Amino acid sequence: MTLVLEPRHRDAMRRHGEADYPREACGLIGGTAEDGRKIAVSLVPLRNARTDALRTRYLIDPDAFRRAQDTLERDGLEVIGVYHSHPDHPPVPSAFDREHAWPWLSYVIVEVRGGRAGEHKSWVLADDRGAFGEETIWQSRS
Amino acid sequence: MAVTILIPTPLRPFVDGRGVLQLEATTVGELLERLTAEHDALRPHLFAGDGRLRSFVNVYVNDRDIRQLSQKETPVQPGDTVSIVPSIAGGTAVAAELPKLSHEEILRYSRHLILPDVGTAGQRKLKGARVLLVGAGGLGSPAALYLAAAGVGTLGLVDFDVVDKTNLQRQILHGTSKIGTSKLESAKERLHDINPNVRIETFETRLNSENALDIIREFDVVADGTDNFPTRYLVNDACVLLGKPNVYGSIFRFEGQASVFYAKEGPCYRCLYAEPPPPGLVPSCAEGGVLGVLPGIIGSIQAMETIKLILGRGETLIGRLLLFDALRLKFRELKLERDPDCPVCGRKPTITSLIDYEAFCGVGSEPAYDGAEVTALDLKEELDAGKPIVLVDVREPHEYEIVNIDGARLIPLGDLPERLRELDDHAEIVTHCHHGARSLKALEILRAAGFAKVRSLKGGIDAWAVNIDPGMARY
Repeated sequence: MTLVLEPRHRDAMRRHGEADYPREACGLIGGTAEDGRKIAVSLVPLRNARTDALRTRYLIDPDAFRRAQDTLERDGLEVIGVYHSHPDHPPVPSAFDREHAWPWLSYVIVEVRGGRAGEHKSWVLADDRGAFGEETIWQSRS
Repeated sequence: MAVTILIPTPLRPFVDGRGVLQLEATTVGELLERLTAEHDALRPHLFAGDGRLRSFVNVYVNDRDIRQLSQKETPVQPGDTVSIVPSIAGGTAVAAELPKLSHEEILRYSRHLILPDVGTAGQRKLKGARVLLVGAGGLGSPAALYLAAAGVGTLGLVDFDVVDKTNLQRQILHGTSKIGTSKLESAKERLHDINPNVRIETFETRLNSENALDIIREFDVVADGTDNFPTRYLVNDACVLLGKPNVYGSIFRFEGQASVFYAKEGPCYRCLYAEPPPPGLVPSCAEGGVLGVLPGIIGSIQAMETIKLILGRGETLIGRLLLFDALRLKFRELKLERDPDCPVCGRKPTITSLIDYEAFCGVGSEPAYDGAEVTALDLKEELDAGKPIVLVDVREPHEYEIVNIDGARLIPLGDLPERLRELDDHAEIVTHCHHGARSLKALEILRAAGFAKVRSLKGGIDAWAVNIDPGMARY
């Protein structure tokens, strides 16, 4: 699968990561899926629901997920991915990310170093849950 | 009439792409059992190995979470809607997620594992650690060898040099067969042979103000094995700004120093030496020489301190400067205090980003020697043409003994001010040393004393050996 992002999506994820630094920022990516591609249409920034370890953990609770999902569905979209920031860590999934991951969804991780967004990468869980594979991000023009 | 199940998008590929299914069941548990019986690939995503529902899988009957009802025993009736709703969690790697050891590693590190202060937990810390070695030379050699052997998971190496024959007397990371190849390539091969489990990340560059933060940021501990002041201040400042411990070592002739500069817990290098010495005052190993075993001792101390920092065990050299005198075989220790006015780690730091360290250390600000240097080829031509030139060798007598240029007069640089009257101040003089640095200082002394026609041999006797007299020994 390939994830198609527009520059505004990328910028919004980076800004969100910077704004919440040194805490982990998180949100959902709404869009459509077709022909082996997930096309991002809108982002749903969410509050990190963790009450502890905000620098190293994020949580999107099921109610928030459901609300976001309902909103997206009204626009004919679905949840195609999740984004979160890694404050002062590379944009590579941790073992914790993998253990808690859902298949098929794109997991975009934005590295935020000292308050400045750096690299971002997208990852997809293998169907056997054994590993995260890096997913191609295709940058659309508009 | 059956129960309706709503499947979230991430799980739809496992149920033939459908978002809604109908199944007959009387409880949630039975319903999920039927669902996964029909779609086996779904099972690992809903249930953990012990058969329990995964913590991030939420099941709602109509609009109520089954955790608030009777969990899997929650009854369902025809017409009910059961939704599977994800909660999404994740985060960065934390200490609790240290890498596990393979059977091969358990055997390999058995002498560590049976040490109570290391053990499996400590060895996993080492495996999870990232250590940056600045310089793969005299100090970096033993440090890299021991850290790789000890099982530090990732070693970063910064160097831009190639292996030279004069390195081999002390840089035990490199062998004779690697002369002329890059030190990083040579190091990588040797370290992989010692321990193929170690990941080696190489940075073939000179560490500078532009790249230092980006490189150092990725590591947990920095071991500084540099041989010059600009890089030493650069490493120090970058470590202070990034909050990393800097395991310091330096060597000269028969003496060495080691400490751990860690601004979070103690002083930094600038608290000890606020300003660098004037350029040229402290000779480098190339100028002053060094006993080959000395970096072996100091570099090994750096490896030891690095491992202690990773393990969080013992008393490190934070706040202490260790001085080692190899000739007397004595270790001494100085207590170091944090300087509250330190420009980089003090209360009101004036250095908040990296500066120009070459300029700070006065490198490049030495007087210009335009026309004051003569190349070996030109000198040879002038001598052959019969020009009366007095060649003054300003090296030490033991260097003169190794090799010398026919007809050159030996006046060591340190003796020169007292022996000026031995020279004719109208004569055409060319000073020379080993590589051309000391002879420029001699030139300054002579010019200041009124000698008008003085030049210095560029590249020293080494350039002479390379260009004029290939039969001459190089050192």
